[in-house]
Amino acid sequence: MFSYYLQLGLRSLRRNPILTALMVLGIALGIGASMTTLTVFYLMGSDPIPWKSSKLHYVQLDNWSPDEGAGSDDRPPDQVTYRDAVALMTAAKADRQAAMYKISLPVQPENPDVKPFIALGRATYADFFGLFEPPFAYGQPWGRDQDAQHARVIVLSHDTNETLFGGVDSVGKTVRMDGVDYTVVGVLAKWELRVKYYDLTNGAFNNPEEFFMPFTTAIETKRRSTGNNSCWRSPGAGWEAYLDSDCVWIQMWVELDSPARVEEYMAYLNSYVEEQKKLGRFPRPLNNRLPDVKQWMADQEVVSRDVEVQVGLAFAFLVVCLINTIGLLLAKFTRRAGEIGLRRALGASRRQVFMQFLIESGVVGLSGGLIGLVLTGLGLVAVRSLYRQYANVTHLDWAMVMTTIALAILAAILAGLYPTWRACRVQPAAQLKM
Amino acid sequence: MRAGEFVAVTGPSGSGKTTFLNIAGLLEEFTGGEYWLDGVDVRGLDDNARSKLRNEKIGFIFQSFNLIPDLNLFDNVDVPLRYRGFPAAERKRRIEEALSRVGLASRIKHYPSELSGGQQQRVAIARALAGSPRLLMADEPTGNLDSLMARGVMELLEEINRQGTTIVMVTHDPELAARAQRNVHVMDGQVTDLGDEVSLRRQKAATQPDHAAAV
Repeated sequence: MFSYYLQLGLRSLRRNPILTALMVLGIALGIGASMTTLTVFYLMGSDPIPWKSSKLHYVQLDNWSPDEGAGSDDRPPDQVTYRDAVALMTAAKADRQAAMYKISLPVQPENPDVKPFIALGRATYADFFGLFEPPFAYGQPWGRDQDAQHARVIVLSHDTNETLFGGVDSVGKTVRMDGVDYTVVGVLAKWELRVKYYDLTNGAFNNPEEFFMPFTTAIETKRRSTGNNSCWRSPGAGWEAYLDSDCVWIQMWVELDSPARVEEYMAYLNSYVEEQKKLGRFPRPLNNRLPDVKQWMADQEVVSRDVEVQVGLAFAFLVVCLINTIGLLLAKFTRRAGEIGLRRALGASRRQVFMQFLIESGVVGLSGGLIGLVLTGLGLVAVRSLYRQYANVTHLDWAMVMTTIALAILAAILAGLYPTWRACRVQPAAQLKM
Repeated sequence: MRAGEFVAVTGPSGSGKTTFLNIAGLLEEFTGGEYWLDGVDVRGLDDNARSKLRNEKIGFIFQSFNLIPDLNLFDNVDVPLRYRGFPAAERKRRIEEALSRVGLASRIKHYPSELSGGQQQRVAIARALAGSPRLLMADEPTGNLDSLMARGVMELLEEINRQGTTIVMVTHDPELAARAQRNVHVMDGQVTDLGDEVSLRRQKAATQPDHAAAV
């Protein structure tokens, strides 16, 4: 009977093309608006590394001023000092650990056709690659021994390798940056992250860096961070004073494979801070934190309140569209009281009439969903062109396509429930003029 | 009513003819008395069971034909068969047979609006017959037709009755009523005048007079 009802539904929709178009368009607009915002919301908030997000923990130590906290709700600073980063790296208590900061260096290409340019990079440790698993096209990460040796090595992004070496395997070649030659040890394949979760302090929707080099090398060559830097008291003059200061400018991640390991590491952090207190540092009460990826994204409000409000508004708009659809369906079904009475007389039960009209509503929903999908696509193009930083979170994936269609059908069936219920209450005798 | 009868129901407007047809056609529930349809006590049946019974046992013919305008003849006759759940081949066979029985086999792909009133009523008769009902309920079946077409439709009904289908026909027209085997006159909700008095007295003794019919 399903196919019969489907056939009847399609035929009925063809009968009043204008009414049908209004209903379908109403649903399509509501669906388009809500799915556009929902897609952005979902992709922003979705787990960027689901297979290990609960094992990756961001290190927060509260070295802030005794007079006021670093963040609201007594949150510790969102980065750590150089002193603490190096101490934690040296202690190496986690399964993997990487301190990191943002740098930028002028690149002086050998190829005279390529003009010098400023490249954004990341100074970090060898474990970075094991922590965040960027895909390699050629070569491999540098090793921990090269961290210790302050080796002049570099891992290039896919695009940088494209620019400098035309995309060929450049492992073993050198790249000159600000007068220093670095040997290429690895080249990444395309690494597309929706959210640059490993550094949320410098723009959650920025693209991954153009190159990666050892943290120790960057420090030795006195590369200052080009990311955020916060101090609660003056660091004093000079590079050494800066490294020794209470300014925070380094992100620190650790991998801890079990809740027990997290506890152990937390205990270690607490004892480390207690030790530091004896040296006159860390004037605030003990307030260390180890949020995992999802918690860290929530703390940093990667999905902003604005986006949440937009999703709410878009769904309110969908509800308005559905109320409109209820009215139109009511009008349409009421006009067909005669047909309903006839079908009842010819042997259709109330339940069969109910199914027929509910499926007809579903067909409206399906059509609205398909057009809504196109509108969602256009909506995302519009969001992309307005907010370039959202480029990575404005794509439809299969899950969202299926959600769109399902939501549209569900919405139309919900809208159709009352008109359908009314339709199947029709008294056949009254309609047949018997 | 006995199986195979052709009964005409007459009476002035508001006398209760319609109520009688609605109840006999299982379109309305009744509050008193009992109603046995082809051996089934229909009292207290739920909507599903009544709909199934209506579909299997009763065919309707209406004054205004009540064909669905955007379905062609094939699909119109198909409607009750769909609810019966026949397989496609069986439905096709029955539709073709019913339409050829009313002389419209060649118009199977036509739409109701392309037919004359008499032809439309024949389609309605084919639709009523396709499910092989035991009882045909006809409500002023010739009321919207000119006399020539009306005669054709009446002849068709008589032929159907001769082949064994019980027919109940409501009519205002005494001439048509006279062609039935038996006349039931309804007045103020009561059966007051009977064409075949003896048999109906017997019937009356056996069943409640209000809205009761038995086949």
